[in-house]
Formats: sequence, C-alpha cells, structure tokens
Amino acid sequence: MSNSTKVNKPNYQSSIWLEEPESNNPFTAKSSYCYGYNVYQDILPKASLSEYWYLLFVGERPNSAQAQLLEKIAIAIANPGMRDESIRAAMNAGVGGSTAAASLIAALGVGAGQYGGAREIFTLVQQWQKSGCKLTEWENFLSKPNQDYDRVDIWSEYEHAPGFEPNGETCPTPILQTLEQLATICPNGAIAWLKQHREQFEQLIQYPLSMTGVIASAMFDLGLNAKQAEMLFLILRLPGAAVHALEQEQLGWKKFPFFGQNTILTDDPGSLGLPTVKGFDL
Amino acid sequence: MSQQIKLNHEDTIITRMGKGFLGERVVYRGKDLHHQLKNSQWIELFAFGITGREFTENELKLLNFIWVSTSYPDKAIWPNHITALAASSRSTASLALSIGITVFEASIYGGKPLKVGIDFFQRAAHAQKQGISISDFAAKELLKHKVIYGYGRPLASSDERIPHVVNFAHELGFSSGEHIKIALELAQHLKKSKGLSMNVAALYCALCADLGFTPEEFHLFTTPLVLAGMPPCYIEAKENPEGSFLPIRCDRVTYTGTAKREWC
Repeated sequence: MSNSTKVNKPNYQSSIWLEEPESNNPFTAKSSYCYGYNVYQDILPKASLSEYWYLLFVGERPNSAQAQLLEKIAIAIANPGMRDESIRAAMNAGVGGSTAAASLIAALGVGAGQYGGAREIFTLVQQWQKSGCKLTEWENFLSKPNQDYDRVDIWSEYEHAPGFEPNGETCPTPILQTLEQLATICPNGAIAWLKQHREQFEQLIQYPLSMTGVIASAMFDLGLNAKQAEMLFLILRLPGAAVHALEQEQLGWKKFPFFGQNTILTDDPGSLGLPTVKGFDL
Repeated sequence: MSQQIKLNHEDTIITRMGKGFLGERVVYRGKDLHHQLKNSQWIELFAFGITGREFTENELKLLNFIWVSTSYPDKAIWPNHITALAASSRSTASLALSIGITVFEASIYGGKPLKVGIDFFQRAAHAQKQGISISDFAAKELLKHKVIYGYGRPLASSDERIPHVVNFAHELGFSSGEHIKIALELAQHLKKSKGLSMNVAALYCALCADLGFTPEEFHLFTTPLVLAGMPPCYIEAKENPEGSFLPIRCDRVTYTGTAKREWC
C-alpha cells in the first residue's frame, strides 16, 4: 500500500512539535513532544491547563505568576455574556440547529473584529510592543489610532480608540474588577501601568476602558506577540459561545427573538402581488 | 459618544437594503425579488447586491469569467486543500466550503492582494491624471510597501489565466479602460526592470476598477472567487477512504525545536 517513495516527499517543519512513530505504523505517534516535553508521559500528569497552554504559545514553561495570569485571563473572557455580539452570533447559529462548528465559527467570525474583538487585541499588543509604558506615545495613539493606516486593507480604519468603549459612560464594574485582579498578579507590568493611567486616558478620549484594553495589556505582560494574543483571545472566548449556542438550541426558536416585525424598510416598491398558480390551491 | 447610539438602535432594524415580508414578498435593494429580479443570473444579483448597480450583459460576462477563470478543482491549492481535508475527516459540505471561502481572505494571495490591488490601480490612475508616470508611481509604491500586489506570483513564475482573461476582456470591449491600460503598461515595465511577471490579480483588479468597483465592493465580490473549484475537491476526497487525504508519516515533520527535556 505504501507509495510514499514514488513522488517527491515534501516535509513540514516545526519547532513546536515532534512525534516519534509506533514501530508498526509510521502514521501513528508513539510519543509526542511539545517544545521538548513529552506530552502524554510528562505534561499530561504534571502540568495544569494554563501551564500547557503557555508552553504551546511561548515555548517555555511559565513561572507561577505567568500561569496564574493566563488562568485568570481565561476565566475573565471565557464567557463575554450573551449580549456580546460574538455570543449572539453563536446563539443565532445554535437556535436553528446549525452544526456545533458553525456556532463556534460564527462566534469566531464576529469576535474577530475591531470593535471589542480579536483584531483590537492584535492592534493593542502591537502598540504595547511599540510604545511600552510611554504615556505620551499612548495618548498620541489613542487620539489618532489610524496614523499608520496608510492604504486600503481588508481591515478598516478604527472608529474608536482601541481598548476603549465608545458607547460607554463609565468603566463597568467587571472591567475594573478584572483590571484589579490581573494587576495584582502582575504588579510591575503593562496591566498595572494601565490601571494607574486608566482615568487619565478616559478623560483624554472621553469614554471608558473596555475589556479588550485590559486583556491586551495582560497578554503583552504574558510575553505574547500581537498575532499570538489575537489567536489566544479568539480561543479563550469560545466556551461562552458554545454553551449559549447549546442553550438556545435547547430552548427552541419560539423563545428566541426574531426581528422581522421590528425591521423598517426605507426603500420599498410596495406590494406587486402574489401570483396564483393554475390548478393549485396554495 | 455614549450609550445614546445604542439607545437609538435598540430593538429596531432600519434598512434601505431589503426585507422579507414573510408570506407576502421580498424587497432586495428597492426591487421586488420575485417580480423584478426573477430573470437575474445569480452573479447579476450578487453584483447588484454589492454595488446597487445593474451591469450590462458584457460586463456580467466579464465578471462571471473572473470567477470561472480562477475556479481550479485542484486539491493542492490551499483553500481547496482545506476543503478536501474537511471531506477526508468527514465534515459537512457547508463547513468545507465555508472554511475554504474564509481561508481565501489571505495575505499572500486572495483577499488582501485583491483589495489592496484595486486601490493601487485607482490611486495610480489618479496619480497619472496629476502627471505622474506609472513607473514613478510604482517605484514609490515599491519603496514604501516592498510589493505591488498583482505582480510576482507565489509558486509559479507565470500565470496561465492572463492570456485568456486579456483576450476575453478584449473580445467583450474592455481592453481600453484606464486601469487595465495601466495594469498592462506596468506589467511591461516591471518585467523589464524587476523581472516580475504579472499575475491575474492585477487584471481582475484593473478590470473591476474600470467597472467602477470600490475596494470594499471588490472585496465582497471576490470573497467567493474560488468557491466553484471546491465541490469537486470535496466530492472526491469524500469518495476516498476517511483519513486518506495526504496522510503524513511522523518522520515527515522536520523538528527544529528544543531538545528533549523533562517536566520536573
């Protein structure tokens, strides 16, 4: 059956993952190593989830503060709540009985965006890498977030200061609680610096800090780059999407809002009538 | 800003784009879908939905060929490869095709080059009207962004679609638009000066710029560009045994990372 010698043999490359085959099947792994650690022999019995996830993203084991920080980030954003647009997307998939993957893909697609989504995390971590804790640079960026947007892209220009909520009045309690908790774990990092200057920024741009602002600073403290942080943010928000999609499917479509009656059409040719079909009573 | 925006939009969808009056009729951008648009070809409706404009028969033929000419049922091509993987792992048809479409919004091919590309030609045409030569404009673009999308091609040095698209555009009367002329002039220039060959993205961008597409409209129009190549890939991979799409031996991953170590 084997025909792998008859054509060229393209190889994949990785600095993350090594697998050694079972002696009787080259397509089955006997042992798997993640950055040198044996996954099923060592990591599975000895590591916590946040330790393993940190290893996957960073390539090294976290110290206890880093593991704790990742764990608390994961808890803070595991469920953004059912009013969040990404969760609503998942619920709209779930209520119609779409596939499980469709519910999560719906949440990912919506939650990838620039308003409260993963792209905002990307932009903010990139800015942390660029500006660190330089107050003037951050004030400049938040006042004019599109300065580096020098040509059309699949992503649009920002319509608000990234990391802040343009439709907010004051910083909501859960965001303050998350900021406080994460800053306690990492008292000398970006997250603590953000806590220190939050009100100053809010006065400058006239609206409050958002969860993306908090999480991006914590992910920067974890040592993630912009793309890693964007990915991890997407993953970590999926539990809420999953359970709310499942719940709405179970509750059924009759209990789920439908906005047909609430849709006001401003360009309407009016009714042109419904045709009849000869010979059928429809 | 404040919560006022949310208060204004709470509970109400206000739209000029359309509505289904279920059990009665459907309005699509100001037209009755079943009465006034019933003779539309699918691509005609799609283009109308994106632009709000109606296209001539020849324009629709060109738009259609832009899709047809890049629908390759080739499982080696990344979006199709993913579709085949979905079939191999016995996922569903809709998941397979939708992830293929989504993946096409890539950086080194597909979505980004096409959107950036059409904007480039529109800026180039504007610059040309200001008296700037295309070669000067391209030089500045290369200096700033290192690349001009539509010139150079990953995986191949020439593009088999180009003569077909150029000839078909000529046949339909679209070979003298300002953007397509720029695309072809630049192709000659970059080939001579940089050894870069044009790929079909430049033609798609320039032709659609000549048809009046904005970058945002073009982004929407090209989103399902390679969709028609995917079903054959899905079907065949599903006909084959599960897990049989290019299985990988353990030793076919070259590991370059940290040496083995213990988790103490």
